Amino acid sequence: MCTTCGCGDPKLVPVDVHEKILAGNDRQAQHNREHFVEQGVLALNLMGSPGAGKTALLEATSRATERRWRLGAVSGDLATDNDARRLEAAGIPSRPITTGQGCHLDADLVHHALHGFPWTELDVFFIENVGNLVCPAIYDLGQAANVVALSVTEGEDKPLKYPVMFKAADLVVLTKCDLLPHLDVKVDRILDGLRRVMPKPNAIQVSARTGQGMAEWTGWLEERKARVPKRAAGAPAAHTHEHDHDHSRDHDHSHAHDHEHDHEHRHADGTVHRHGHAHGRDH
Amino acid sequence: MHEYSLIQSLVTRVEQEAVARRATAIHRLVVSIGELSGVDPELFQTAYDTFRSGTLCDRTPLELRQVAARWACPSCGREIPKGEVLTCARCELPARIAAGGDEILLETIEMEVP
Repeated sequence: MCTTCGCGDPKLVPVDVHEKILAGNDRQAQHNREHFVEQGVLALNLMGSPGAGKTALLEATSRATERRWRLGAVSGDLATDNDARRLEAAGIPSRPITTGQGCHLDADLVHHALHGFPWTELDVFFIENVGNLVCPAIYDLGQAANVVALSVTEGEDKPLKYPVMFKAADLVVLTKCDLLPHLDVKVDRILDGLRRVMPKPNAIQVSARTGQGMAEWTGWLEERKARVPKRAAGAPAAHTHEHDHDHSRDHDHSHAHDHEHDHEHRHADGTVHRHGHAHGRDH
Repeated sequence: MHEYSLIQSLVTRVEQEAVARRATAIHRLVVSIGELSGVDPELFQTAYDTFRSGTLCDRTPLELRQVAARWACPSCGREIPKGEVLTCARCELPARIAAGGDEILLETIEMEVP
């Protein structure tokens, strides 16, 4: 490793990066977040185990709000679009994100799902994540808050077993509380577990079947909705920020776009062209 | 199995850096994994060993540094032992986690440059 005589030997250099491995996802998530804030849409990342009652909670939310709010959702699922169809039937415009073997949603998948979906018209946009208490917690999607659905049938020690998920939660919704009389589960023990993994513990108890706790849940939504700056009437739907992102994961380019899908592409050779189109993941 | 998607991001990032610096070889990678990062170090290593073949990291050893999750009061600094309620009993403030305890960071790439 000669560095002095100029003989041309290679040298070893340590490059200090100190960067999050998920920095790329975080940048895309920040881009999504700018979209949501600019449009005055409250975006929520709804996570929880398979069968925790995420879809039922959204169906009950539609009933509880009597369609006063414009709700919408994207639903991540490994193989079916059942959840999206259930939500549509409940009056929540919805689109499936089928992940194949993917155990979580990432910011890029959510961004793609937004294209062609009328999310800018919504008051509350739910991103129903893949049922999983592990991986989804570490991927920022651009949401304003994380909501974790935990059904009382899952056992008292779930918060202590899955601390990463509950640490990431802004609100835990304890679902299926109508079943408590039939179970040996003590809600106090679940709440105690949450205090040991969540620095700001916040939980509400609901039942989608009986409507118990739904007022508290919609109250929380109302409070979060009030924090989102409302887009001024008549303001253009197009957003103004410029950004770099990768639409295909294998073809890097930077472009600016608006919601009419006018794209300005800057190619590697420096040329720029604009065109309008709708595009999917093969772009 | 999000470890595989993390390894993909890691290798892509390392290759970018290597190309930018015209590296001829990559000798070592150092990654730190927080206790509450949601990543299992063993699975991460296995995923790396599987995924690296055919990439610039084919022969590059991966050094993992595990970072414990340490919670403390943001006001008085009292440390909150593992398993305790994450609120400072004295200041009644929510505890804060120390840097690195919930992150996955690419720390260093050791590369050979001409």
